[in-house]
Amino acid sequence: MEELSWGGILARMFIQLGPVWISLIILFTVSMTYKRRLGLYGKLFDSTIGMIGFGLVMFWVFIGVYGGPLDMLVTHDPLSQVSGMKNKVPGTPMRGAEEGEYAYFLLGGDNLARDVFSRLIKGAWVVVQIAPVATLFAFMVGITLGLPAGYYGGRLDTLLSFLANLILAFPVILLFYLLVTPEIVLTGIPNYMALFLFVFPLIFVCILLNSRYYTQPAVRTPLLIGVLGGLGWLYLSLVSTNGSVVATPTYTIPGLPGFLDLFDIDPGILVVFVSVVFVNSPTVFRIVRGLAMDIKTRDYVAAAQTRGEGPWYIMLWEILPNARGPLIVDFCLRIGYTTILLGTLGFFGLGLESESPDWGSTINAGRRLLALYPHAAIAPALALLTLVLGLNLLADGLREESLRD
Amino acid sequence: MGLFILRRLGVMVLTALCLTFVVFWLTNLYPNLEKLAKTQGNFRMSDEAVESYLGKNGYLQPMPVKFGQWLGVLPGWTLEDGGVVTGKCFGSDTPEEDRRSFCGVLQGDWGFSTVFKDDVGSIVLTRLGLTGKLMFFVMLVMVPMALIIGVLAGMREGSKMDRSLSTFSIASTATPEYVSGVIFIAVFASSAFGLKWFKGSATSAMDSVTFENFTLPVVTIALYGMGYIARMTRASMTEVMTAQYIRTARLKGVKFSDIVLKHALRNALIAPFTVIMLQFPWLLNGVVIVETLFNYKGFGWLLVQAASNNDIELLLAVSVVSVIVVLVTQLISDIGYVYLNPRIRIA
Repeated sequence: MEELSWGGILARMFIQLGPVWISLIILFTVSMTYKRRLGLYGKLFDSTIGMIGFGLVMFWVFIGVYGGPLDMLVTHDPLSQVSGMKNKVPGTPMRGAEEGEYAYFLLGGDNLARDVFSRLIKGAWVVVQIAPVATLFAFMVGITLGLPAGYYGGRLDTLLSFLANLILAFPVILLFYLLVTPEIVLTGIPNYMALFLFVFPLIFVCILLNSRYYTQPAVRTPLLIGVLGGLGWLYLSLVSTNGSVVATPTYTIPGLPGFLDLFDIDPGILVVFVSVVFVNSPTVFRIVRGLAMDIKTRDYVAAAQTRGEGPWYIMLWEILPNARGPLIVDFCLRIGYTTILLGTLGFFGLGLESESPDWGSTINAGRRLLALYPHAAIAPALALLTLVLGLNLLADGLREESLRD
Repeated sequence: MGLFILRRLGVMVLTALCLTFVVFWLTNLYPNLEKLAKTQGNFRMSDEAVESYLGKNGYLQPMPVKFGQWLGVLPGWTLEDGGVVTGKCFGSDTPEEDRRSFCGVLQGDWGFSTVFKDDVGSIVLTRLGLTGKLMFFVMLVMVPMALIIGVLAGMREGSKMDRSLSTFSIASTATPEYVSGVIFIAVFASSAFGLKWFKGSATSAMDSVTFENFTLPVVTIALYGMGYIARMTRASMTEVMTAQYIRTARLKGVKFSDIVLKHALRNALIAPFTVIMLQFPWLLNGVVIVETLFNYKGFGWLLVQAASNNDIELLLAVSVVSVIVVLVTQLISDIGYVYLNPRIRIA
């Protein structure tokens, strides 16, 4: 068989990604049809930049979801090494391809003779999985601490701001190098940080519901018991592995027993996740604090205070909804920044194991042979670039549309 | 103003102390010490051998004591073993009268690097010099380019030029250094595209900077920072262009180029000044990535070496320097903001 030309490669990739195109078309037609009824999301379809950004983001989200848990799209196993395919250029036919196997390495082979195209798709899942969730956690931490700091001010604000500035003054890479190492995982510090950071969504939801419904105990009590029970279970499953919360060689703190544990998180992923949340939350804190300080001088806040509403009700049900515009925009930007951070971690070979298909690690593996075989590093680099670009464009479109209100 | 600076300096010292203690604590956790002992001795050391190595080198003292010794507020450790006295501040062959009891940062003694087998202070200084050279060229490229892009985009909001330049600056903020660096090397320095215009390694730039070996690293760092500054400049420029005095000038019939250069520019450059100063700590990240990618042995490369080998005293010095860079630039940006913008007065 002959090598594919670039046209052939692109055509084959286009066909291979068929389900993604179909999903994108369906998503866009449905959204365009009902855009007047969809609020801010619908308005996004009025701006070209926002639409391009949204398209790019959803492209990678679909690739991640279809290629990751559903195992579609990929042409070869991302970890298996095929003899004779080491550093082959894009479009090389696979040597000794059997019946039913995909006959080409669409984007070539990497230095361990694995298929670059399949690794790219599997890598999308790592990013799509971690980045939004980590950003969400960072927002929970930032909002729960930033609202009272901005609303009350005073000593609390001074203390929290000092701590936030402390973390911000740390060069991110130094922090990663100190936190994301196997030695630190041994000491159990990531587990303690997980215990601390993951409790914030719980606190947030609890205060949110309590401040809203505390005048109606008949609704509030069962609601809180239900929600807290569910979230508490999730929280305990999240922080405990193999029946313990913290397990070091010298001591263990028991956690949820194995049969109640819904899922286990790999310690390598956990430390990456925790560090990314830790690095992001001070910035979110500063933004929320600034917004709260601004909004608390508005008339509707004064009206709520005169009505006798509690401080947490005012913070969560008066200030927070009115701060949503900048927060949504920052959320998009921050997912992009988190993606960059994850790539940085991979680039320095921290956290995730070296065979992991995530883009940062792949770039790191490919850069050693950059002068001779650049394709193995360029493919994930372009992937990361387009995803972050999409998120930035999306944020820009959202900002424009939300300002127009 | 004086009181403000004094208070900021106080907070700065406190922050630096807290941060160095955090670094100190993380690097002195037992698994890290064990790794250090094994890299210094050999990898098949028994637990007892590790223990005795750490004991002999004063690593097993309580954490606050060790920190105090590093700072130089507590006397360094001494150990007597069979008549031979060793200590933190002297070796066994130092004559009795030359032995100091205090040797810490306050005495100007930054310790000894276990990786480079050299004095930490001098290592950090040489590497900082190399990175300074890199940063100088980055600033030279980044700041004027960013300001020009921002001003051109902001002077006519919504025009075609604004749209395309804004998209360019968004794209540049979306391209982290490890992506653009990889692409640049592949396109301009590899044999795959056949354009061998530049070198993919900047090692030779440590001795003599040439256009060929320094362009790619400088452009890589500058590109990522440029987008952000350009967007801030654009935002500030569009705001200024809607101001009353600009409208007055236009109605008077002043030429558009004169309005932009003489009336708008000076006021539009206040906000970017802060942003440029606050970019320094960000550039540090870029420096680490680019120096690793292009194999330029500067401060960022030093950070990677120190951190991956758990070279405690070198790592502490590196973090002190970077924290000071961050805090000083914050201070300068605050003072400069007040100085440039007379509407803001700090009591």
